[in-house]
Amino acid sequence: MNAWFEQLYSTFIEKERYTMLIDGFKNTAIITLGALLIGVIIGTIIAVAKYFSEDVKALKPIAILCDTYTTVIRGIPVVVLLLIFYFVILTSSEGVLVAILTFGINSGAYMAELIRSGISAVDKGQMEAGRSLGMSKMQTMRKIIFPQAIRYILPAIGNEFIALLKETSVAGYVAVVDLTRAGNLIRNNTYDAFNPLMVVAITYLVLVVLFTQLLGLLERRLAKSDKR
Amino acid sequence: MISVKNLQKNFEGTEVLKGVNVDINKGDVICVIGPSGSGKSTFLRCLNLLEQPTGGSIIFEGNDLTDKKVDLNKHRQKMGMVFQQFNLFPHMSVLQNMTCAPIMLKGLSKQEAEDKALELLDRVGLKDRADSYPNQLSGGQKQRVAIVRALCMEPDVMLFDEPTSALDPEMVGEVLDVMKELAHEGMTMVVVTHEMGFAREVSNRVLFLDDGVIAEEGSPEEIFANPQCERLQTFLAKVL
Repeated sequence: MNAWFEQLYSTFIEKERYTMLIDGFKNTAIITLGALLIGVIIGTIIAVAKYFSEDVKALKPIAILCDTYTTVIRGIPVVVLLLIFYFVILTSSEGVLVAILTFGINSGAYMAELIRSGISAVDKGQMEAGRSLGMSKMQTMRKIIFPQAIRYILPAIGNEFIALLKETSVAGYVAVVDLTRAGNLIRNNTYDAFNPLMVVAITYLVLVVLFTQLLGLLERRLAKSDKR
Repeated sequence: MISVKNLQKNFEGTEVLKGVNVDINKGDVICVIGPSGSGKSTFLRCLNLLEQPTGGSIIFEGNDLTDKKVDLNKHRQKMGMVFQQFNLFPHMSVLQNMTCAPIMLKGLSKQEAEDKALELLDRVGLKDRADSYPNQLSGGQKQRVAIVRALCMEPDVMLFDEPTSALDPEMVGEVLDVMKELAHEGMTMVVVTHEMGFAREVSNRVLFLDDGVIAEEGSPEEIFANPQCERLQTFLAKVL
């Protein structure tokens, strides 16, 4: 037991190596949240654009553009995307920024499909009721369709968030010290593989479990109008 | 008030409406009857352009609604609609269902809109359900809320699309009563219905739609007591 504590001490406390984990955790959090925000915004824009352009001939090019985006992004591994953004497109930008953008753009493609499926799950009569009262398509979308779609989408968005959180562990490819890279660096410096990797793994696990709980809470609150 | 001229509607090659002409005047209560598939609902939904007509025109208060340049949303505010499936907004309370559009579109304050909504709810006997959600209401209650939700916009005409068809039999009466009251107050109404009793008692004109055209038109007495065309006679023999 004592030996293990000594090991822990030399792995994490010596040379204040635990600060690497804290900084790594910060980067992971920043990248995940930033990417989620970008993903939700891109996903919403694309889903709504597709909804509006579906039955209007003049807007056909927009629908095609949206489809191309989702097809291309979903067809390329996120690591490859990350490398392309870092080494080809945004060569002079900082790794964290590139990571936020890449994961955001990647996530946006999945979010778009999610949000679109949520919108189409709302009964067609809801749009008709809104329009018959004189609301525009956009007003009905905002006030009537979206609040209902969110309830269908929320569990899937939660899954997407969890996937995103874990996906960011490849950010180390572009010189970002995220949680995973920090753990790996400590392993490299101390030749102690078990402890740093366990700490990293458990941190992800705890985050995911906490978030799942939070999501359940939110879903129950949104289901308020379902009670009889 | 509404003048329908040579209204046509195709659904991917199927002709549903083959040229319907009718004038709806202020204070009219018009019932549209006919066999299923005759285009009754399509006709009604064309009036406020929930269905885009493929031909003809709808002149509402002097404006041709089929004209692309017309601000449809503005005119729809003046045409209330009640659906077979109620289409209440499930994420909003009864009161929010009723006040949402007036606040957003007519610039009413929340207080003004709620006062008006409560007054209307009181008239249909649902004031105590103002804070309920649609899922907590019976079918009849839902449809009464749907009617007053449309009335909150102070429409000039009310369109009813088989308002009692999705209701349990014992709830049909309470909805028809509200509609009767509305008719007596002078509201202009177009009602697609299978309730022949209501058509006979409340309407001043009945349209018999068959195979995409108005096959016969007249006062309820003429239509029910003295039907001229054979198809109407067969139809009435089946439903009465």
